[in-house]
Amino acid sequence: MAMIQEQTLAVRSERVTMSSNDLAKFKTDKVCVFYGVKQALKDVRLDIFQNQVTALIGPSGCGKSTYLRCLNRMNDTITDCRVEGSFLLDGDDIYSKDMDPVHLRARVGMVFQKPNPFPKSIFENVSYGPRIHGLARDKHELETIVQTSLEKAGLWKEVNDRLHQPGTGLSGGQQQRLCIARAIAVQPEVILMDEPCSALDPIATARIEELIDELRQNYTIVIVTHSMQQAARVSQRTGFFHLGNLVETGATEQIFTNPVDQRTQDYITGRFG
Amino acid sequence: MIQLDVTLYPQEIDPAGKRDPQAISTADYQKLIRDALDDLFPDVTDRRERRELMALLSPGATDLLRAKVMADPSLIGQRVIIDVPFSDDLDQLAKGRIDAESETATRRVTDKQIEWFQRLEQRGLVRQAFNTTLFTAGDSRSPELAGIWGSLVGTFWTMLITMAIAFPLAIGAAIYLEEFAPKNRWTAMIEVNINNLAAVPSIVFGLLGLAVFLNFFGLPRSAPLVGGLVLALMTLPIIIIASRAALKAVPPSIREAALGVGASQVQTVFHHVVPLAMPGMLTGAILGMAHALGETAPLLMIGMVAFIVDIPGGPLDPATVMPVQIYLWADAPERAFVERSSAAIVILLGFLILMNLIAVMLRKRFERKW
Repeated sequence: MAMIQEQTLAVRSERVTMSSNDLAKFKTDKVCVFYGVKQALKDVRLDIFQNQVTALIGPSGCGKSTYLRCLNRMNDTITDCRVEGSFLLDGDDIYSKDMDPVHLRARVGMVFQKPNPFPKSIFENVSYGPRIHGLARDKHELETIVQTSLEKAGLWKEVNDRLHQPGTGLSGGQQQRLCIARAIAVQPEVILMDEPCSALDPIATARIEELIDELRQNYTIVIVTHSMQQAARVSQRTGFFHLGNLVETGATEQIFTNPVDQRTQDYITGRFG
Repeated sequence: MIQLDVTLYPQEIDPAGKRDPQAISTADYQKLIRDALDDLFPDVTDRRERRELMALLSPGATDLLRAKVMADPSLIGQRVIIDVPFSDDLDQLAKGRIDAESETATRRVTDKQIEWFQRLEQRGLVRQAFNTTLFTAGDSRSPELAGIWGSLVGTFWTMLITMAIAFPLAIGAAIYLEEFAPKNRWTAMIEVNINNLAAVPSIVFGLLGLAVFLNFFGLPRSAPLVGGLVLALMTLPIIIIASRAALKAVPPSIREAALGVGASQVQTVFHHVVPLAMPGMLTGAILGMAHALGETAPLLMIGMVAFIVDIPGGPLDPATVMPVQIYLWADAPERAFVERSSAAIVILLGFLILMNLIAVMLRKRFERKW
C-alpha cells in the first residue's frame, strides 16, 4: 500500500516539473544500487534539469550521495557496488559499454565533501584536468584556462600572485573553491557537489553558495546537502531521499512550503533526521 | 711496524743492469730483507734461529719492498728506509695481548723473538702506525695483510644487482596488486604468499639460488650476480609489503579528486598516487637493502662464503660480502683477526647507519601533508 502511494506521489511530482517545460539534462529511472547484498537505492526515478540547481536532501545513509556518485560513475571504483537502472545524459546511456567513464567524468565534474586539492601548486591543480584531456594546445592557452576557471570560481583575485604555491596551503573555503575551479577547468556540462560546504565555516559557505548561484548560468548543478536552509537558498528543485527511496521531488519552493508526503513534512520541520 | 734499513744491491735485483721490469719483479727481495735483518742482529747465525728471526716480519714485507722498487727503479743500488709490518703474533705482543711473562709453550712467540723485539724497541726501530691495508687489500691468511676492500667491492656488486632487480620488480608488483589487480581468489593467494615469503628463513632462499641459478642455469659459483639474485628474491616481499603500505596510506580523497576530473585509473595512479607514495616506497626499499646488506646465510649455499683474495672486477668474479668476511675473520684462529673483524663490523654498521639515515632523510624531505 505504501509503495503504491509512493509511486503515485512520484508521478504526481514529476508531472509538476514536466509542466514547467524545462530541458532534462539527466533522466534516470528504476535506479537500484546494491553494496554487496545491502540495497542502498530502491527504484529511484529522478530527472535533472539543465541550468538548474537540484538539491538532494535527506537524513544520513539515505542514499543521496550514492545517487550522486552514480551520475558520474564514481561508484565503479567501489568493489561490490552494483548499479541497475537507466541513466540518460542528453539521451545517452552512461552505463552502456560505449560510454567511457573517463570521458563521462570530463562531462560530469565533481566536487567532494572535504576539500581535496592535489598536494601540488594551485596552477597545477587547475591545469591538471585540461592537460590530461588535451584542452590546451600550448602553455598560453593553459594559462588562460586556469585564469578563467579561477575567475569563475571567484578565487582569482585571492591567488593570482601565488599560483605556484601549494594548493594545500589555502584556507578551507579557498581550497573548496579551488576544487570547484579544478572541476570547471575541464569544461563539464554538469557539476556534482557532495556536501561541498559541510567542512566550511558560515562565511566560506555563503561564498560557495553565491558561487553556485552564479555557476547555474552555465552549468547544471546537483548538490547533496545536509542543510535544508542551504537547499532552500541555492536550489530550484529538491529531491528528498529517505531509506533508499526518493520520497518526493519537485520545485524547491513547493517542497519546503507545501510538501506532499508526510515524511518530507516531518523532515523539513525537523521532526526527525 | 718496524723500520728497516735495506740496501738494494744491484747484483741481487738486476744483475744484467737492464732495468727490465720483468727481472726487477722476480728478484729475490726476501734475501734483501733477510740481509737487512741480519745486519740488525749479527749475532744470530743459527739456521733455525734465522728462520725465527725472519718470522718477526710479515710475509708481506717482500711484496712491500718489491712494490717500492718497481715504482722507482732508480732506488736500485741505494739504501732505503722502509717500514714493514710485523707478523701478526708480534703485533699482538706489541699491543700487550701476548704476555711476555707467560709460559713459552702457551704463547705463539718464542723467548728469542721477544728478546729481539725488545732490542728493536730499545733502538727505536719499532713504531705504531695505522694499518691502511685494511681498506685496500682483499682477504689474506695473514691478518696484517688482510683487508676489507675485496668484500666491500663484492658487497657493492651484489647490492647493485639486488637493487636493480628487487626495486623495480617489487614496486611494480606493489602498484599492480594495490591499484590494478582484481580482488579474487588468485590475488588473495598471491597476497598471502608474499606475506609468508617475508618470513621464510633466509637460508632457504640460498637453497633456491643453489638449485635454480647454479644447478639449473649454470651461473658461476661465488659470483655477486647470483648473490644479488638470491638477495633480490629475499628482499622482494619486504619491499612489496612496505610499498603497498605506502600506497594504501595515500588518502582516497586524492584518488577521487583525480578520477573526478576525468583522469583514467592509470593516470590517477601514476600522476598522483605513486608520486605521493614514493618516499614511503623508497624508505621500504632502502630498509630492504639494509636487510640484504647484513645477510650471510643465503650466500652460504651459493659459495659466497669463501676465502677470496682477489678484488672482484665484476659481477661474475668470485667475491664475498662484508658480513661473510666478518664471519670468516671471526672464525679464523689468528688472534689479530679479532681486530680485523671488529674493524669490519664497525664499517658494516657505518654503512647500515648511512642507509638508514638516507631513508629517514628521504622520508622527511618528501613527506607531504594533506
